[in-house]
Amino acid sequence: MKSVVPQKNVSMRDVFGDTLLKFSLESSRVYAIDGDLANSTKLDTVANGNPKKFLQMGIAEQNMMSVAAGLATTGLQPWACTFAAFLSKRAIDQIQVQIAQPKLDVKMIGAYSGLLTGVTGKTHQALEDIAIFRSLANMVVLAPADAIEMKQMMEFAHKYEGPVYMRIARDPYPVIVDGKYQFEFGKATTLKDGKDITIISTGTQTSRSLAAAEQLEAEGISVAVVHMPTIKPLDTDAIINAAKSTGVIVTAEEHSIYGGLGSAVAEVLVEECPAPMLRVGVKDVNAESAKNDDLLEKYGLSEGHIVKTVKEALKKKRN
Amino acid sequence: MNSSLSKEKIMLLKEKASEARKLIIETVHHAEAGHIGGPMSATDIITNLYFHEMNIDPNDPRNEERDRFVLSKGHSAIGLYAVLALRGYMPVEELQTFDSLNSRLQAHPDMNTLPGLDMSTGSLGQGISAAVGIALGAKLQGKRYRTYCMIGDGESQEGQVWEAADIASKYELDNLVGILDYNKLQQFGWSDDEKSRKSPIHDPKERWESFGWHVIEIDGHNQEEIEKAFNEAREVKSKPVMIIANTVKGKGVSFMENQFLWHSRIPTDSELNQAKKELEMGAL
Repeated sequence: MKSVVPQKNVSMRDVFGDTLLKFSLESSRVYAIDGDLANSTKLDTVANGNPKKFLQMGIAEQNMMSVAAGLATTGLQPWACTFAAFLSKRAIDQIQVQIAQPKLDVKMIGAYSGLLTGVTGKTHQALEDIAIFRSLANMVVLAPADAIEMKQMMEFAHKYEGPVYMRIARDPYPVIVDGKYQFEFGKATTLKDGKDITIISTGTQTSRSLAAAEQLEAEGISVAVVHMPTIKPLDTDAIINAAKSTGVIVTAEEHSIYGGLGSAVAEVLVEECPAPMLRVGVKDVNAESAKNDDLLEKYGLSEGHIVKTVKEALKKKRN
Repeated sequence: MNSSLSKEKIMLLKEKASEARKLIIETVHHAEAGHIGGPMSATDIITNLYFHEMNIDPNDPRNEERDRFVLSKGHSAIGLYAVLALRGYMPVEELQTFDSLNSRLQAHPDMNTLPGLDMSTGSLGQGISAAVGIALGAKLQGKRYRTYCMIGDGESQEGQVWEAADIASKYELDNLVGILDYNKLQQFGWSDDEKSRKSPIHDPKERWESFGWHVIEIDGHNQEEIEKAFNEAREVKSKPVMIIANTVKGKGVSFMENQFLWHSRIPTDSELNQAKKELEMGAL
């Protein structure tokens, strides 16, 4: 895919609810599992549209995930959804022992992932979920850039038999993939070509990376943007190719700089194709409750930060 | 509720339980690893489940209609393995591989390695929730199988047990039977009473009833009482059932009974011989 101009904003959580309702109507195996957040996560679309396929587990995430595991052993496909902060930390032992280790067919949807969680602050922000889920054997980790890609990922996850974690965003994001796009499991996609440097981004940081790349282009810097929708298993070839073709890399993610996409890319580069790189992410601090733009600015995730980081990275580029 | 067990059946269950206890001690002695006290308090109940109560077939261990058993107190795995071996799920000799490299008999039950294990457990408090999921799955799909789950009294300190209790009650899972292996000891416990080292679980009956469960209290080493409890459980409607089985940790061997140190101690050669002798005598 070539350069794509961001289009209208679409809410991931709305499309998530609609898509899961469709699955629940089409497949007898699909159940929605809620931790009392359905009207936030939009799991209520299933509760309203197909109430028999909606199971309320209350405010008890550990039990919720173990129940999902039990349901999966009976042949059902539970889609458990709660805030990514709780899924990734509160119930992680249950997920590891009863879902990941036995490779059960449970889909885990981390809603309100990242920094922008609707003015709820550091208790509800999920900046470690990629690191945590990526470290579990048998786990698939997905981070869609927009609602269209998320829907395609859900279709993949529905067909795939095994544990899948998908982190999605609360707020509407611009649609950046075009009508011809098809999510491919385990494959990166080049959203913009460029020859000076590559930004490898995931999830919601991809639209900001594209905007930053356009801005840099106007300043005469040619920036490639490679979107990494599957964080595990990682498309190592795409990373090696980016290092070979542009010689320097910046990663961008709405996540801590520790353990997430930046770490994953660094691991590949160091082992396979050493190249200078810098990471855009939250730098070992706890954030706070504030408006989205203020958070992005203060915690280093805005377009402006990506632009600045690209310029710093270029100084490290070997000639 | 009466017991319909014949004298012959009671004798068979006692013999199998005694054999299982010997296998537990032999296996732990051989592997130089594993637990003893908990598996032996649970043996009579697990033996009843696999030799009488449950609808299962060792030759078709993944049949969709089978009854399920979740050992939530997963560290008692060797007790379950001994009974499964005696029931024909695997050769008895395979118990010697317990806890060794590439064995199907992991320290804690792994549903992916051994057909016949209905859930992976080991991290306490999780099995009962999974059993809730399995029982709920049966209800949702109109299946008639029943789900049994054994928890420990030490395990009941995990908050997740009570999360599960709430949801089982909410969904009226009358196809779920919990069994509390109430042996009143745990790994180390509380030292204020050096002899009993009792856990703070007082009156589990009141607790489970307050969560909306139907509670039956029995002697967990008496096969007739175990059978009567399972029969009563089958008659309960719209509520999950918790059988509080009063048991003795290390049951069957005089020097192991009620000794918290036998939670996971390895017997010496002479302790092994003494234990086997006592079990053989006790079975008669």
